[in-house]
Formats: sequence, C-alpha cells, structure tokens
Amino acid sequence: MSATTITTAPTTIDEPVRFYDLDEHAHPEGHSTMLGFWIYLMSDCLIFAILFACYAVLGGNYAAGPAPKDLFDLKLIALNTAMLLFSSITYGFAVLQMQQGRVKGTQLWLAITGLFGLGFLGIELYEFHHLIELGATPQRSAFLSAFFTLVGTHGLHVTFGIVWLVTLMVQLGKHGLVAANRRRVMCLSMFWHFLDVIWIGVFTIVYLMGVLR
Amino acid sequence: MSADPHHAADAHHEIEMPHASMRDYAIGFILSVILTAIPFWLVMERPFSAGATAAIIMGFAAVQIVVHMVYFLHMTPKAEGGWSMTSLIFTIIVVVIMLAGSLWVMHHLNTNMMPMPHDPSQLP
Repeated sequence: MSATTITTAPTTIDEPVRFYDLDEHAHPEGHSTMLGFWIYLMSDCLIFAILFACYAVLGGNYAAGPAPKDLFDLKLIALNTAMLLFSSITYGFAVLQMQQGRVKGTQLWLAITGLFGLGFLGIELYEFHHLIELGATPQRSAFLSAFFTLVGTHGLHVTFGIVWLVTLMVQLGKHGLVAANRRRVMCLSMFWHFLDVIWIGVFTIVYLMGVLR
Repeated sequence: MSADPHHAADAHHEIEMPHASMRDYAIGFILSVILTAIPFWLVMERPFSAGATAAIIMGFAAVQIVVHMVYFLHMTPKAEGGWSMTSLIFTIIVVVIMLAGSLWVMHHLNTNMMPMPHDPSQLP
C-alpha cells in the first residue's frame, strides 16, 4: 500500500484548510460487503430459477411412476414450512439483540434459529428417506430428478447456512460485536431470509401445485 | 485536475446497515403465517376448483415474497443508493424471461411431437 498523497492548499486566515486527495481515497472496510452479498444472492436466485424452470418443464413426466399426489404429505410440508418461518422470526430477534449490543442474546437467538433450521433439515431428510424407501428415487422419473435437484439444492443451502451460523456464534463469542461481526450477522440474515423466500416458491410450486395436478 | 473537497472523517463513518425493528419483524411474521396458512388450507380442503386454487395460491406466493422482501430483507428503493433495487429488478427480468421462455418453448415442443405409443416395440 502506498501512502496517500495529500496536498495542502495555501491557506489564509478566513479560508478553512482544504485537502486535495490526489490518490484514490480509502474506503471504510466492508463498505460494499452488503451490496456485494446482495448481488451474490441475486446470482443464487438465478440458480434456483433454472432449477424451477427444469421442474416446471419436467414436473409432469412421471414415466408411469408415482405422481406428486401419491408421494407428498402436505401436513409434513406444512410443519416444515412452519420450521423455516419460525427460524426467520428468531433470526430477526437475533438482529434486534445485536442492535442493542447484547452478545449473549444474539448468540442465544442464533442458536434457536439453528435448532429450527436443523428441525427443517431433519424433516426434509426424513421425507427424502421415505420417498427413496417407496422406490421414488431421483432415477425413477424426470419429475423425481427435477424434484430432488430443486429441493435438495435448497436443503444444501440451509445446511451451509447452519454451518455459517455455528461459525458466527463462535466468532461472536471470541470477538464480540465488532464491526466485522455485525456485518456478518447482517449478511447471514439476508442469506437466511432469502432461503425462506425460495422456500415460498418451493412449497407453492412443487408441493401445493403438485398435489393439485 | 479537480478533486472534490474531501473530509478525512468520512472514511471513519459507520458502515450503513439496514435498521431492523420489532414492529417490522412482527408484521412480516404475522402476514407470512396468514399467507402460508391460507394456501395450505385451500389445497387440503379444496373449496374451489383446481384451476382457481392454483391461481389463488400463486397470487399468495407472490404477495408473500414481497412481504419477505420488505419486512425481513429490509428492501427499500433507497437501500445501497438504489443498487439493491436495480439488481433485484434486473434479476426479476432475467428470471421472468427464462421461466416464461422455457415453459413456452418446451410446451410447443411437446405439442408438436409425434404421438408415441406406450409400448416402444410397436414403433413403425
């Protein structure tokens, strides 16, 4: 890093001291992180859009195999949706605790969010296990390939979200609510709520529309 | 060469972060619960025909996505100097073109296909 060159204009008594910044001036660390992370989420949105398009095109090709009506249990999906929705509001509480400068409270609500996330994953894995036991594997039909890819990718995102959540709790314990950690909490907040937005699409298009077909 | 008068203090400003409030989260949560419960109920109980139900639940999903964007993701036209909204609108345009285009093309491809017998050994 080179030192910033600062030229001082000749000053008189009335005129305030002026600095001319000839080099590119310093940006505060992380000033563009939130926007950058948002743009990452938008690119992630495109990945999900492709998977939704695949599902929309292939979702009716059962290859004489099981259809959504035979496979999906809406009560289980409603429970799963509730898990994710509760985890969204508990993450909100974590952000509110952070804004009040409480490390312990932030960690507590992050932990509760993580438990709801694990509950969601547990139910999803149980559902996948159940489907595979019935013979509705990803290899069975184009519908099932598209289904497992779309829902599995969402589940994988939730898994990584939980890994990040645990990492963040450790970082908060070590360094407290420093600027970098506050930024991380806000980024994970966006990631977590974004996954909930994707889940709205999943439960509407895959599960509810699937059972309607 | 001209340079804007630049105050050294600007560099030490706190990074701008969306301010969340309990009110926002509570409104968002209650709306989401309502907007989730109604579609599930409509599909489980079927008070309407399948076509009408499908249209209604798609509408509810769209509204719920907006609710999440506003109350949970703190999306405003002003956030990040408007760049968040710009990238969101760009993404929505791309997604709509991609989804509508894929469905349109594949639908026509399907309807223009030669009808196939269920048993491939009966092919001419």
